[in-house]
Amino acid sequence: MRLWLPLLAFAALLAVVATALYKPADRAVHSALVGQPLPAFRTEPLLAGRPGVASAADGKPRLINVYASWCLPCIAEAPQLMRLKAAGVRIDGIAVRDTPEAMRQFLARNGDPYAAIGADKDGAVQLALGSSGVPETFLVDGRGHILDQHIGDIRADEVDGILKTLGQAR
Amino acid sequence: MIAEAGLAALWLAAALALMQLAIAAIGVRRVMAEPDFQTELSGHLLAAVRPVAIVQGVLALLAMVLLITVFVRTDMSVLLVAENSHSEKPLLYKFAGAWGNHEGSMLLWVTILGVAGAAVAIFERSLARATLIATLGAQAMIALGFYAFLLFSSNPFTRLDPAPVDGQGLNPLLQDPGLAFHPPTLYIGYVGISVAFSFAVGALVTRDVGPAFARAMRPWVLGAWIFLTLGITAGSYWAYYELGWGGWWFWDPVENASLMPWLAATALLHSVTVLATRDGLRAWTIMLAVVAFSMSMIGTFLVRSGILTSVHAFAVDPERGSFILALLAIYIGGALLLFAARVGTVRAGNTFDLVSREGALVANNLLLSVILGIVLIGTLYPIIAAGFGTQLSVGPPFFNKAAGPVALLLVAIMAAGPLLRWRRDEAKALVARMAIPIAATVVALAGFLIFAPGIDLLPLLGLALAAGLAAASVAPLWGRNLRRTPLFTYGMVISHLGIAVSLAGMASDSAFTQATLVAARVGEPQRVGPYSVTLDGIAPVIGPNWSALEAHLSARRGSGAAIQLRPQARFFSNPVTSTSESAIATMLDGQLYTVIGQPDGAGRWQLRLWWKPFVTLIWAGGALIALGGVLSLLGRWLRERRARGREAEA
Repeated sequence: MRLWLPLLAFAALLAVVATALYKPADRAVHSALVGQPLPAFRTEPLLAGRPGVASAADGKPRLINVYASWCLPCIAEAPQLMRLKAAGVRIDGIAVRDTPEAMRQFLARNGDPYAAIGADKDGAVQLALGSSGVPETFLVDGRGHILDQHIGDIRADEVDGILKTLGQAR
Repeated sequence: MIAEAGLAALWLAAALALMQLAIAAIGVRRVMAEPDFQTELSGHLLAAVRPVAIVQGVLALLAMVLLITVFVRTDMSVLLVAENSHSEKPLLYKFAGAWGNHEGSMLLWVTILGVAGAAVAIFERSLARATLIATLGAQAMIALGFYAFLLFSSNPFTRLDPAPVDGQGLNPLLQDPGLAFHPPTLYIGYVGISVAFSFAVGALVTRDVGPAFARAMRPWVLGAWIFLTLGITAGSYWAYYELGWGGWWFWDPVENASLMPWLAATALLHSVTVLATRDGLRAWTIMLAVVAFSMSMIGTFLVRSGILTSVHAFAVDPERGSFILALLAIYIGGALLLFAARVGTVRAGNTFDLVSREGALVANNLLLSVILGIVLIGTLYPIIAAGFGTQLSVGPPFFNKAAGPVALLLVAIMAAGPLLRWRRDEAKALVARMAIPIAATVVALAGFLIFAPGIDLLPLLGLALAAGLAAASVAPLWGRNLRRTPLFTYGMVISHLGIAVSLAGMASDSAFTQATLVAARVGEPQRVGPYSVTLDGIAPVIGPNWSALEAHLSARRGSGAAIQLRPQARFFSNPVTSTSESAIATMLDGQLYTVIGQPDGAGRWQLRLWWKPFVTLIWAGGALIALGGVLSLLGRWLRERRARGREAEA
């Protein structure tokens, strides 16, 4: 029996690496902010006639989309945001290092899902949110707690997941 | 045409490997029953096993040469060349580019394997005929698996139609002379171990485990171990200067993948000596050969499948990963099955006392195995944890804390081992022989405690034990006629001394390194260790495919002459990457290591400065360890040649 131990140990080792091969590990680094309240921030409106964005909660879940008119993946993401808006989701935008002129053109070309757009002229709000690039989207519940931080553009197949998460938060 | 010829050579080599396996499988029983079996047709067929192994090696080598040819000619109609090369690349990187990719590196693997098999067939004279045939059969089986891998899932000679105008180029980080030598060195090490594995399987098949078998296997283990030592040492220095992090070992999974076979090979090297000299440790030696090869297969698997996150970022590829995993299961599983079924019938070898040379070697083997276990568990733990839904990584704190004390204990045993007699010795006599090393340890310990208080415990013990080991490692030469001392004794002395030197460098680096991170203005001197470093200016530099900001630093020690250092922050355009090119000044007593970082926008630059006393000893020690291996190999070879000469005269 003793002599079979190495074979058993090897079989266990093989099982471990095989699992890793067929069930690739989740390499995403999860935000430490998930489950925490939104860090306090307030932004001025970017466009005349539309409010800016602040961290204060008003009892309804929303998406906070950190984006910019100069960002290409943000264009790829726009149709998904329009679908989310059509499904009744409130989307607040934080425009990083942007100008009203460029933003108006961006919205005219790619659609306008935003209920509010805040200007983050020097990237300070982005930093406060712990966001490292554009686009990033925060799912926030009615109490102002972060449900999830979505890094990168929202793909078509990810819309349903986001709707589900927000739906459960209501 | 060249690519097709290469593919044809590969198919032919695979066919010959199949033939070699078939002949060996049929023949080994007949020869075991009748050692001089030669008469019938099948006897002639049996005589073919050596030539077949040789031709198979030549064909694999031919395929590799042809692949290098298409790379050097930059034949863009070959997919692999188009994906990994570029017409503007310097010749050295066109050459090395042949193995700077998955398919090419696997072809290099089988080429070295085939050439090693041919070398066994040509040079092996002392092994019993049946065991040799079984060994060549095992070798053919390993080769066959890798030929199948190449031909069915990683064909390096696939054509691309239409051919592109130019290729995609090689990752700029890999355009370093290190690439030309680092992978082949490690591969020769891995494959050398596969030969040891084939010997072990051959000996299990014929139940012929004894001193003759150990003597035949030893040069292969030693040779593989030398290459692994060189590969690890060079890889460590490469990471040290190229990554710009100031560290020399990061416990990265791929680093561990090369360390684990080295640990197993080191243990095997020592146990095979017990088997060759004293006919002890039979089953254990066989087991170690299997473990060593499984570690090099697991190393290949970890590197090639990309299942672990590592600085060696290779793509995750389940198909290729599964193929290597299947080979691993067949070879190692098969060998362990054979081990379990057969080793009970291998006669027990000679026994020995606890206090004896063999006892020390067994302790060495056990401690090396413990370290191997720690490294293996630490490397695979993130995978196991992921299975339970936890995301974590295992880093230096675990490895240093867990392996450090065991390694120091191993050093203590290493100091005593060579001073013990074979079979039986007296503890009292050992203490007497160890008087000077023990004194050196105590003096060093006291010296560091008095003159450099506040060193952490592990580095302090490391420094003290390094002094003791240095004294103990040359002790076997005391009172001997130095001209009549065999070369392999010098080999052992120098290797052990190399460990002491390397240990001193590691301990000194962790005990005395001074580091500083400053935002420096031009003209403002910064202090690090005994040096005063001034930023004289920043200048832009343009390279062939990068641009850089280069800091002009001058470092001064006391009132001595200024040393110029030029660290760079490089930006590559395609693919977009930025790298830190450190600038290092090497002095007799250490290295000044400088890295330039980001500007703060207000005229200041981030500078990272390290003063690392005696850090170079780490790699100097590594080179000594390998040199000792070379001397030992040479010494054994000379002795065997003389012995054969005497036989021929008699």
